[in-house]
Amino acid sequence: MAETIADTRRLISKPQNLNDAYGPPSNFLEIDVGNPQTVGVGRGRFTTYEIRVKTNLPIFKLKESTVRRRYSDFEWLRNELERESKVVVPPLPGKALLRQLPFRGDDGIFDDAFIEERKQALEQFINKVAGHPLAQNERCLHMFLQDEVIDKNYTPSKIRHT
Amino acid sequence: MSFFGFGQSAELELVLSDAESRRRVEHKTEEGKKEKYFLFYDGETVSGRVVLTLKHLNKRLEHQGIKVEFIGQIELYYDRGNHHEFVSLVKDLARPGEFTQSQTFDFEFTHVEKPYESYTGQNVKLRYFLRATVSRRLNDVVKEMDIVVHTLSTYPELNSSIKMEVGIEDCLHIEFEYNKSKYHLKDVIVGKIYFLLVRIKIKHMEIDIIKRETTGTGPNVYHENDTIAKYEIMDGAPVRGESIPIRLFLAGYELTPTMRDINKKFSVRYYLNLVLIDEEERRYFKQQEVVLWRKGDIVRKSMSHQAAIASQRFEGTSSHTEAKTPSQPAENNGRQ
Repeated sequence: MAETIADTRRLISKPQNLNDAYGPPSNFLEIDVGNPQTVGVGRGRFTTYEIRVKTNLPIFKLKESTVRRRYSDFEWLRNELERESKVVVPPLPGKALLRQLPFRGDDGIFDDAFIEERKQALEQFINKVAGHPLAQNERCLHMFLQDEVIDKNYTPSKIRHT
Repeated sequence: MSFFGFGQSAELELVLSDAESRRRVEHKTEEGKKEKYFLFYDGETVSGRVVLTLKHLNKRLEHQGIKVEFIGQIELYYDRGNHHEFVSLVKDLARPGEFTQSQTFDFEFTHVEKPYESYTGQNVKLRYFLRATVSRRLNDVVKEMDIVVHTLSTYPELNSSIKMEVGIEDCLHIEFEYNKSKYHLKDVIVGKIYFLLVRIKIKHMEIDIIKRETTGTGPNVYHENDTIAKYEIMDGAPVRGESIPIRLFLAGYELTPTMRDINKKFSVRYYLNLVLIDEEERRYFKQQEVVLWRKGDIVRKSMSHQAAIASQRFEGTSSHTEAKTPSQPAENNGRQ
């Protein structure tokens, strides 16, 4: 029984502009969390991490920025995003309360291996969050990533795309 | 059934008159098994014979009448008690009386209307069957034979392509195009996705075929979605200006024609779901309904039209073409 030959030719499309094909992609966003440093003395000590952003997304005001943040800043960001946006925010690495108890055999929350583990998890967290189109609309994310200091009394708002 | 083995009992058999020549097709049962049934189309005559075989020789079979019915009905699984019969024909084969021998009764239902296609779904079943009944005082002897009905259509006069620009503002803009809006069950979906703006990190893109079965009315409407197919069309990150082709052969999947509001009881509709997945497993999708229809097996296109398509495909940049296809002008750069 003869079968009709289906016409499977490709639809006609515009040839791609070579600048678009070989130029830098428009989705470049890289966030590195590194260089942990312990600040302060005695019981008031805490660790800060350097957050380095490199991007060509127009929604970010600065194409390159570096700020220092501590774990509780990440907690603040996560709470703000959960409340203000419809994003399902990924979990943070653990709070390590047990590590803050005295009489431990190791350095507790200032243990090198622990800081390294936490640093990697925070990097995964911030990359996942910053790449979300809805999270990118939130003022709190931009303040966290690119403002020198986080103003915890800010008014939550949405960023308008330019 | 007989009491204490003393009464007479009988067996019924239904045989179609064209059982040798009539085509049989596979159809899924409610349990999911595939079985073969005789295939009928709308308007065809259903004829055959009922064979009544008595179990015990030299015993009488008393009965209150013998009849054969042709029934088309819709059965909703959540409401099994109520069968909605949309076709119900009956032929009386014998008046009340008694038999002393096995007998054969011929029957014919002429030019029977079979308006809908047979369908076995998740929550509803539409079936056609013959049912022979020997009525008796205490219990009837019944025999059923299911048949399968296919509804055929011809090439639709109007079959525009689907072309749309969608996206998330300032993040992802694409233009998708499917060459038709109505496809037959052995058709090919030819299309393309053109990227206008890509500010997210895409990992891959796929097309899913989704079947939605809708049962119930008013506040009790229930949709059952089933992903029939997932077909990856792109692996890797695209950039602006890139065009990704789509070529999806439907014959490999278990599909039925689109059924809209069958006897006001149920619908079966199909959707193409274009899904983009980014590096963080976030999914961006656009759903679009397509109409599926069943083509008859007789090839109606002339040989010269087939030859024209073949020559366009293999001659590449040659400008010698015999015919123009209706949707696109025959161009030298038809192949990329």
